Amino acid sequence: MELLINIFVNGLATGMLIFLLAAGLTLIFGLMDVLNFAHGGLFVWGAFAAVWTYTATDSFMLAILGALLTGVVLGFVTEKLIIAPVYGNHVQQILITLGFMLVLTEMIKVVFGPNQLAAGVPSYLAGSFEIGDVILIKYRLFIIVTGFVVFALIQFILKRTKIGLIVRAGVLNKDMVQALGIHIKKVFLYTFIAGAALAAFGGALMAPYSGVVYAEMGLEFGILAFIVVVIGGMGSLPGSLFAAILVGLAGSFMAYYVPDLSLAVNMILMAIVLIFRPQGLFAARG
Amino acid sequence: MTFMQTKDLTIQFGGHTAVDHVSFTLPEKQFKSVIGPNGAGKTTFFNLLSGELKPTKGEIFYKGESLRGVSAVDRTRLGIGRSYQITNVFPNLTVFENVRLAVQSKSKIRYPFWKSAHSYHELAEETHELLKQVLLDNKAQLFASQLSHGEKRKLEIAMLLALDTEVLLLDEPTAGMSLEEVPAILNVIHSIKEQGTKTILLIEHKMDMILDLSDSIMVLFNGKLLADGTPGEIMENETVQQAYLGGY
Repeated sequence: MELLINIFVNGLATGMLIFLLAAGLTLIFGLMDVLNFAHGGLFVWGAFAAVWTYTATDSFMLAILGALLTGVVLGFVTEKLIIAPVYGNHVQQILITLGFMLVLTEMIKVVFGPNQLAAGVPSYLAGSFEIGDVILIKYRLFIIVTGFVVFALIQFILKRTKIGLIVRAGVLNKDMVQALGIHIKKVFLYTFIAGAALAAFGGALMAPYSGVVYAEMGLEFGILAFIVVVIGGMGSLPGSLFAAILVGLAGSFMAYYVPDLSLAVNMILMAIVLIFRPQGLFAARG
Repeated sequence: MTFMQTKDLTIQFGGHTAVDHVSFTLPEKQFKSVIGPNGAGKTTFFNLLSGELKPTKGEIFYKGESLRGVSAVDRTRLGIGRSYQITNVFPNLTVFENVRLAVQSKSKIRYPFWKSAHSYHELAEETHELLKQVLLDNKAQLFASQLSHGEKRKLEIAMLLALDTEVLLLDEPTAGMSLEEVPAILNVIHSIKEQGTKTILLIEHKMDMILDLSDSIMVLFNGKLLADGTPGEIMENETVQQAYLGGY
């Protein structure tokens, strides 16, 4: 039983990290109709920025702020220079964002060096709780709680605020939003920056979780985030949360019970969803 | 100064001229209808006025100012609102949210993005007022996808009214409606006209509705302006009769 709980908590924590990456991606995909394969690059820059700041200041909060700031700046630059010229053209989007992903990955090596960096857990989040025979690692619980808080926060913004209503409407019909006199491109920019900041935040939380950060981790997690968006449904935040938890749990359980299948399980899940419900489990538009 | 006018407005798609040197004037607070057979260029003419298409030639003036280079979004903000021939609502938002989106878009209220929109009662009140005006207040919490076709058209009009634009471009508001649904939308348009605050340009095929509502009528045929005058003048115009009866 203890083993099952530990595998479950581990999977849930991994799922939450994927969710942080996928949340921005699904909104960008759903609202802006942009296939951003560079999203994982923003994640890895967040991770490195956090590790660098943490090493320099020994403050986890400043590390998170450093990652968020990096995400905001990179998000702004990416939208203006890379995404804006290719709105409406998926082929160009795939090519340019894949290329930019490689640039972001290689720039990590230029700025931070080619080696992986060790990342520590802050002392107040290190250690574990013991409940009977069950050992729950504090940092994993922190990630799970943070993931749910971020989900609730984004849901509040989407469901309750003025900008959230515009974003939800934009996912459904961009042209009509413009017909109402709303500058959708400004909303695109804000959404992209928010998505980039979320990705960087996910990277910052990932670093102490995995213990090390390396330039290629953006590519690995970027693919997982895309799988989550496809399974959850384009533009659907609850869909992304559900799919991220599903992918996290499936990966965690398979890694223990059928390790040979652990890498394939996400692709199998995506294939099943695409066969039976191609628009995703919680598609915002049909 | 003419409220709204076009001079030699023309648009070509390849070799086809969809709107051909159309010059017209629309005085303030007038109700003008645009008629013509299918393919006459009526909706294209609207797309030019609203800024969704750029003219190949010619100019549009609004309150004496040229609209050259003014985007569709900025034309809405200047005061030119439009509805579409094909129903255009947000199906997965509630009826209330559809209208509130339009209300907040023209609202001058500025507040932090994290603050709940529900805490601004004036937005909600205005939204409910507009829904009452189009008789949809009792369906405010339904999703727009749950409305009948006629109700969706009424919702569109409520959204258009929410923008509080001086000009309303109504593109076949009764298109696709059953005969039973038409009177309700007609009443809504009547009440807007009676308020006397809007300048309205209407595309319609239902002649009884056009004659009932219009101060003037312009006729498009093969992209050209065939005639422009009062309903009486248009009905007696032989050229118009020939065009509709197949004399062309």
